[in-house]
Amino acid sequence: MISDLLALSSGLAESGVRPAEGLDSSALTAIAKEVRAKVVRMAHTGKTPHVGSALSCVDVLVSLYFDRMNVDPANPGDPDRDRFILSKGHGCMALYGVLAQRGFFPAADLAGYALDGGHLPEHPGPRAVPGIELATGSLGHGLSVGAGLALAAKIHGRNYRTYVLLSDGECEEGSIWEAALFAPARGLDNLTVIVDYNKWSAMGPTAHRVGPLAKKWEAFGWHTVEVDGHDPQAITGGLRLSNTGRPLAIVAHTVKGKGVSFMEDNLEWHYRPPTAADLDRALAELAAGAAVKTEETVKV
Amino acid sequence: MRNAFIRSLTTLAEKDESVVFLTADLGYKIFDDFAARFPGRFMNVGVAESNMIGVAAGLALAGFRPFVYSIVPFATLRCLEQIRNDVCYNHVPVTIVGVGGGYSYGPNGPTHHALEDIAAMRSLPNMTVVCPGDPVETELAVHAIGALGEPAYLRLGRAGDPVVHQAPPYFEIGKAITVRRGSDCTLMTTGGMLPVALEAAAMLSKEISCRVVNMHTVKPLDEVTLSECCRETEAIFTLEEHSRIGGLGSAVGEWLADNNLQFPLHSFGTRDSFTHVSGSQEYLRDDQHLSAAHVARRISTQLTLPVAC
Repeated sequence: MISDLLALSSGLAESGVRPAEGLDSSALTAIAKEVRAKVVRMAHTGKTPHVGSALSCVDVLVSLYFDRMNVDPANPGDPDRDRFILSKGHGCMALYGVLAQRGFFPAADLAGYALDGGHLPEHPGPRAVPGIELATGSLGHGLSVGAGLALAAKIHGRNYRTYVLLSDGECEEGSIWEAALFAPARGLDNLTVIVDYNKWSAMGPTAHRVGPLAKKWEAFGWHTVEVDGHDPQAITGGLRLSNTGRPLAIVAHTVKGKGVSFMEDNLEWHYRPPTAADLDRALAELAAGAAVKTEETVKV
Repeated sequence: MRNAFIRSLTTLAEKDESVVFLTADLGYKIFDDFAARFPGRFMNVGVAESNMIGVAAGLALAGFRPFVYSIVPFATLRCLEQIRNDVCYNHVPVTIVGVGGGYSYGPNGPTHHALEDIAAMRSLPNMTVVCPGDPVETELAVHAIGALGEPAYLRLGRAGDPVVHQAPPYFEIGKAITVRRGSDCTLMTTGGMLPVALEAAAMLSKEISCRVVNMHTVKPLDEVTLSECCRETEAIFTLEEHSRIGGLGSAVGEWLADNNLQFPLHSFGTRDSFTHVSGSQEYLRDDQHLSAAHVARRISTQLTLPVAC
């Protein structure tokens, strides 16, 4: 995998990708730590599973919401806003966390996540909070809807971009490939799909089932790049490659549970809610900036 | 009904720029005029119904009013979860248009028969289910759905369905049409069985005064008309080209139970089985005892039976 990432790095360098215009990489990483803290708190108070799935896509979401996407929390219904769909709806804590972090709704509301009578279900509900574009939860739905949003932009002559985040296991759903055929055929170069390739699905490893993913997206007609899904510079660099005349697919190599050592690459955290002790340990690690067991990030 | 649908959709699209039409590669040549008139608002999205529903939901989220089209089983059951989640749960104004209600595609066999769609569609929250009885109602239904702005299912017959209404009736979603007056019993129908219902009522006319009510909207049910039928006639017979499980008959039965009404209800629908013979729509209706003669005979028999306690 490292060689793939290095290949990408040189590819990005050759294509003349500029550094992030907004926040620099370390600022994005700092924000991601705060979002991760929100995620593990939610999983603890809500007693919900999927903390590993949420943690694996935090860096991608932070890069989108704090660097690439044209969104305004004060005007969440702006018709020209960029759209984001969390097709892997079970990673919802990351979406709630990043929307709260970005100011779409008060972070204090996160305390009500998944509680009886609350308005923040474990999978994003329709317009549950400002900034949610689509209710998801069943895998394989988001890319088609994203293609519809992208198609609408083409018909309306609007310049917004639509981003859809998939899980790797989700790529086993046939409907994903219906949409994967559709978008290039319709010339939807205003659509970006990001696969959170953490190599795990609910029952086990995925790589032998879905890989090699990048070649598949490429074969379906998407401009495809692979990035380290925890390196803000690599993610934002990949996201910028959106002017090729084709829809853009980013295979983001990630680590399930990323950022909390004892959750990393451990399928158990697809199911276990953190105990109070787990939470304390996780928050201490995040505060100390501990990140272990992961490959060294590749700088663009 | 199919041609009436295309005519009315064309009219609707002229008035409403948000109307777009998506087909999953069905309707060879019949949409050419629409496509020529509204370039960019007609899309053959290919043989991918699940994707079609999702794309339509995305278009609707961005302000469009998509109508999506395929043969009933492919437009409803194949992509049921997309309809449930992307359209109904997200509550966007997508209209699912199913062509080939009941045995319209009879000779094509059970894969193309549409006998479970009403059950599936009416179980979905936020969904309105409309089954016009003839081409005239179809045109009215399309405009009514256009004004509704909600998830909707429009169940069509095929090309060449008989015209029942010589003049356009008053049409409102959720408001049944009494097509024939009568006081002994109510024959309540939906979709393409309307002509059969009228024929059966005519056959019975010497012995039984049979009211014919067209419940073109199966969801929401017209409870006012149902109450009237219970007050003013002695029994309700439902008639539909659909499984007896989950369709109009079930809906009326649920309504009676919900309202604690002990009232005679008999339902005509298809048996809980796949057909294993080939046959035209007419042949298969007769095979399922859904012909006018079968319906008239059973009504006559039921009404002369002693009432069980």
